[in-house]
Amino acid sequence: MTDVLAIAEHRRGELRDVSFELITAGRELASEVGGDLHLGVISGDVDAFADDLNRDGVDAIHTVDDGEEFNHDVYAQAIPQLFEEAGADILVTPNSVNGLDYAPAVADDLDLPLVTDSVALDGGDVTEVTREQYGGKVETTYDVDSESFAVTVRPAEWPQAEGDGDAEVTAVDVDIDEDAIRSEVTGFEEVGGGDVDISEADVLVSIGRGIEEEENLVLVEELADALGATLSSSRPIVDNGWLPKNRQVGQSGKVVTPDVYIAIGISGAVQHVAGMKGADTIVAINTDPSAPIYDLADYGIVDDLFDIVPELIEEFGGEAPNL
Amino acid sequence: MKILVTVKEVAEVEDEFEISGLDIDESYLEYDLNEWDDYAVEEAVQYSEENDDVEVVTVTIGPERSEETIRMALAKGADRAIRVWDDSLEGVDFLSTEATSEMLAAVAEEEDPDIVFSGVQSDDDANGATGVMLANKLDMEWAAVVNTLDLDLDEGVAGVHRELEGGIEELTDVRTPAVLTIQSGINEPRYASLRGIRQAQQKPLDVQSLDDLGLDTGSLDSPLERTSMYEPESEGDATIWEGSPEDTAGELADFLRDKGVVEG
Ligand SMILES: Cc1cc2nc3c(=O)[nH]c(=O)nc-3n(C[C@H](O)[C@H](O)[C@H](O)COP(=O)(O)OP(=O)(O)OC[C@H]3O[C@@H](n4cnc5c(N)ncnc54)[C@H](O)[C@@H]3O)c2cc1C
Ligand SMILES: Nc1ncnc2c1ncn2[C@@H]1O[C@H](COP(=O)(O)O)[C@@H](O)[C@H]1O
Repeated sequence: MTDVLAIAEHRRGELRDVSFELITAGRELASEVGGDLHLGVISGDVDAFADDLNRDGVDAIHTVDDGEEFNHDVYAQAIPQLFEEAGADILVTPNSVNGLDYAPAVADDLDLPLVTDSVALDGGDVTEVTREQYGGKVETTYDVDSESFAVTVRPAEWPQAEGDGDAEVTAVDVDIDEDAIRSEVTGFEEVGGGDVDISEADVLVSIGRGIEEEENLVLVEELADALGATLSSSRPIVDNGWLPKNRQVGQSGKVVTPDVYIAIGISGAVQHVAGMKGADTIVAINTDPSAPIYDLADYGIVDDLFDIVPELIEEFGGEAPNL
Repeated sequence: MKILVTVKEVAEVEDEFEISGLDIDESYLEYDLNEWDDYAVEEAVQYSEENDDVEVVTVTIGPERSEETIRMALAKGADRAIRVWDDSLEGVDFLSTEATSEMLAAVAEEEDPDIVFSGVQSDDDANGATGVMLANKLDMEWAAVVNTLDLDLDEGVAGVHRELEGGIEELTDVRTPAVLTIQSGINEPRYASLRGIRQAQQKPLDVQSLDDLGLDTGSLDSPLERTSMYEPESEGDATIWEGSPEDTAGELADFLRDKGVVEG
């Protein structure tokens, strides 16, 4: 039997959605390779988590009651022990910020080949993993010529598992070497507050690196004004300090669900898309017809924003600024 | 004190491109310093400017072509560079994270740095895994996705903010030596000055082979094999408006009015 061990993720007392997606991905993979699906639940209220995670398709749940919050030094020590306890061959973790904070170390300890950010898995004697490269412009497949391996799965690619399961829940006593705990989580901080809440906006004019220079921002500010819309952006604009953090859409910014999202000079990287795929109608203005944003867009203009935006401003009775 | 910064030359793809075999055809690629590594270099250089006797060393695995990119990091203030390359790496489809971190670890063991900065991810491959695996190989502590750093190498502690999803940051104290993967936005990377570019030509850039590092090609073997690369079929069915800017902007304007989301 080739068994799969998937590691759940939680933060500040709540299981994260990706945990339930892992069950779906892990179940499919376990069935394809002909084995069981085990879940590992580490730290926090493990009994309540295990209860919630006990869904259709889960064969066994192993809990480690150690601390409240994620600490990678604990995870990095506990997971190899759970892997052994479960008799697992394949490790599945979320491709989240925390997943990537322990999976490479654990894979290295267990001597497992590692493939991150998979978007599709096809299990077999040789498992095929699909992932994206070059900013999502191409997909690549990898054959994993090993029964044993580790894979991180992209959030929101698999549906969440539902239905009640009847997995046995076992509390596992793992050895944690306190000397190997070399970091300490001291707290959390919320960022991106302020007077503007882009998640409340009905229409967002969103600008990306295509704007090139800070001085050019007046162009999209003018457009947002003319439309009565709110201005938001991709990450590089905020990284550059051209707009405040509360304008950033995406994985590490805000999740927005406007009626209309106009993405201007934004390529549509996965971390950006995580924040705006729920928009009702998506319009893209981008010179690159192969930009991933067009996979998502309902309407598009494949042209230069510096030609299109001034026209739009004038359509709505504004005056295009001279750049 | 010594800071080692891992830097990668990454490929950017032109708008129109073709795939030949298992990769994008060379002629459609342009090369640049990985965005995240640019922030990592800046973080190291700033620390060296604010503290006495801090040496900043960069390490890259890459072909001769990448020297131009590496020199840019030197022009921005790094003191010297190491480039790992070998004939046996020529023509390899891709390097697994295991192989990359194995080579970087060999260099780090030689250099014995007090702290290592790497980028959160490489723009082209986006594994997002090298820094943490490198730390494990070195038996160092680590922190992934650091967007604020308060470093005290004398005390041996790095106070970091790890940027989690959804606008939440985790505050963590990390014991050094450690590998930190640096997130974009942590600082404002400088442009190389003309003087810096001139000086960079004089700075040491040392090329090391696998043999020099005490590695053999076998240690880079991986059970992973890239089997295909293709342009994904567009899942969407976007309506693309065509014509002059006046026409297409007009179509979009009509659409927005019809939808009733804007007046005028
Ligand atoms: C852990 C992590 C978290 C992240 N979180 C976020 C996040 O929350 N939000 C986010 O946005 N990103 C996030 N990122 C970054 C993300 O990976 C991308 O780097 C980023 O989204 C790219 O922004 P962009 O589309 O504006 O820039 P690019 O990818 O550089 O795209 C610019 C686009 O503009 C187009 N363009 C250029 N010139 C013109 C022109 N004249 N007219 C029209 N189009 C033009 C180009 O064709 C290109 O498609 C995160 C990354 C990591 C690793
Ligand atoms: N070939 C390489 N040479 C030097 N550093 C690298 C190389 N590949 C990856 N890295 C480092 O590891 C980080 C993460 O890369 P990756 O895990 O490939 O996404 C990069 O930002 C670099 O700092």
